Amino acid sequence: MGVSLADAVTISARNVVKAFGQGSGVVRALDDVSVDIRQGEFFTLLGPSGCGKTTLLRLIAGFEMPTEGTILLDGTDITTLPPNRRPVNTVFQSYALFPHLTVAQNISFGLEMLGKPASEVKARTAAMLALVKLEAMAGRKTSQLSGGQQQRVALARALAPQPKVLLLDEPLSALDLKLRKEMQIELKRLQLETGITFIFVTHDQEEALTMSDRIAVMSAGKIQQVGSAKDIYIHPKNRFVASFIGETNFLHGTAEAGAIRLATGERIDVPGLPAGGEATVSVRPEQVRLGLPSDGLKATVRTLVYFGTDTHCHLALADGTEVVARLQSPASGEAGLVEGQAVGIRFADGAVQRVED
Amino acid sequence: MAERGFQISRLPGFATMAVAAFVLLYLPIVTLVIFSFNASNSVAVWGGFSLHWYGDAWANQAVKDATVRSLVIGVSASVLSTTLATLAALGTTRRRAYRGQTLIYVMINQPLMVPEVVTAVALMIFFGIIKVATGYQGLGYLIAAHTAFCIPFAYLPIRARLESMDLSLETAAADLYATPWQTFRRVTLPLLAPGIMAGAMLSFVISLDDVVITEFVKSGGQDTLPTYMLGQLRRAFTPEVNAISTMLLGVTVVLLTAFFLLTRKRD
Repeated sequence: MGVSLADAVTISARNVVKAFGQGSGVVRALDDVSVDIRQGEFFTLLGPSGCGKTTLLRLIAGFEMPTEGTILLDGTDITTLPPNRRPVNTVFQSYALFPHLTVAQNISFGLEMLGKPASEVKARTAAMLALVKLEAMAGRKTSQLSGGQQQRVALARALAPQPKVLLLDEPLSALDLKLRKEMQIELKRLQLETGITFIFVTHDQEEALTMSDRIAVMSAGKIQQVGSAKDIYIHPKNRFVASFIGETNFLHGTAEAGAIRLATGERIDVPGLPAGGEATVSVRPEQVRLGLPSDGLKATVRTLVYFGTDTHCHLALADGTEVVARLQSPASGEAGLVEGQAVGIRFADGAVQRVED
Repeated sequence: MAERGFQISRLPGFATMAVAAFVLLYLPIVTLVIFSFNASNSVAVWGGFSLHWYGDAWANQAVKDATVRSLVIGVSASVLSTTLATLAALGTTRRRAYRGQTLIYVMINQPLMVPEVVTAVALMIFFGIIKVATGYQGLGYLIAAHTAFCIPFAYLPIRARLESMDLSLETAAADLYATPWQTFRRVTLPLLAPGIMAGAMLSFVISLDDVVITEFVKSGGQDTLPTYMLGQLRRAFTPEVNAISTMLLGVTVVLLTAFFLLTRKRD
């Protein structure tokens, strides 16, 4: 039986630990991280600053060596290989363009270092300039370019040597919102056209959700969950993932077979939940439905916040637990609710997800 | 009413002090330059305009020898000290903070802190021992001494340049398949070049100008331009010294201007 190409693993991190500092001041930036990144996928490392996502990227690039564990590229151990001997290129957060070289010289740098013949360097540089639509800027110094153009030079420079893996370290964070949206589409296009495996680091959950084939959510040096955008949004594994990706409501109670009992004494169905002990569930605000007080969990409307397309309704359960419902704003702009009103809460089918603490 | 910050220019007498300071700084130099064109042989009484002291200086074999010696020592010391300072700067900035960093920094810049006359006496005694032991009497001693005290002047601008350089540029070069040597040759060195040029010029000027150490270390007949001038002061004092000083001033101003152009921040 052969392994299909689509599932071939390009980068594999096995039990990787990276510790900084000495003695009692040791900080584990990465704490036993294992992950497989597939050939040709757009893989995102998502997490708050200090979660270890950039450290993992730097280990894959070879800028740092792991304290423990191994990193494989196409099955070969590259853990201790220096960066110049890895077929992996990086787009740096600061772009790190060479200020003494022109745009074209920046792009051809990697090809020249690889010792490619001059004709190939020239042809490939021209092709990369075309790919990022900067033909007219070939002879300019990089300092004469706008932020978005510099970003594209950095991309072209990293793609020119046709690496097996392209690493992108928060490359869009320095751009304004409009340009960022354009570059997101541009990046996705480049990834599809080149077929290169992209590993993208970001702290922006929206960016991660819209661009990635798969996302690894990281926190405190560990990978919390790996999955597609939908997987992670709909089935968050734990509290951290549920609250970091989108907004959510947490409800806490005692586990009964197929349900949890809240402190108010009311029951919420959680299919498949085994009885015994405490449990926490997560419900997205857009999955909360409001009805008559006799229908579902009893709640009171605390405040209404109008957001244009939708209205956020902050509710309190009988024991004071806050639940937020995101309601589509009706044409009149009035949600038909008033503060202090008693309502009943129901949740859409499959919307109640058990999460680990 | 908006509160005004402390402004030194509002202190009473500020303008007077500023003018006095500039007069004290520049009037003696202007006087020196003016009297280099004096027709008479006085450095204090004006006797009409003439260029003949420049001609005298030019024709004076002792001045020519001293000039050549100053240039040989200056260029050698500048090249050697800049090379050493570049290596020192790379060694002290291209790495994480380490133990004894400050101590090494102080040791490199020792010539800025030890009184020059102390270094001069120490070198005279030390080189004296070597002269006796080897019999060598050449310019090597002066070149070695000048190289030593020029190192901090070359080191400081190179280090400043290195510290302002984005370290991720070298990381990027390594990422793009450059070996450590190629990274140095293709990225670090070209970006460092203005700092190296600035260090070389500054150390050349410092060497050209040195009196104290040269006076103590030199063997007989090894006068440089400044020590030759010092020797002249003990004999007949003519505007020839003014003429030599003016030419030295010209060279220094040109080199220092180049230094500032190379080290100023670019946008």
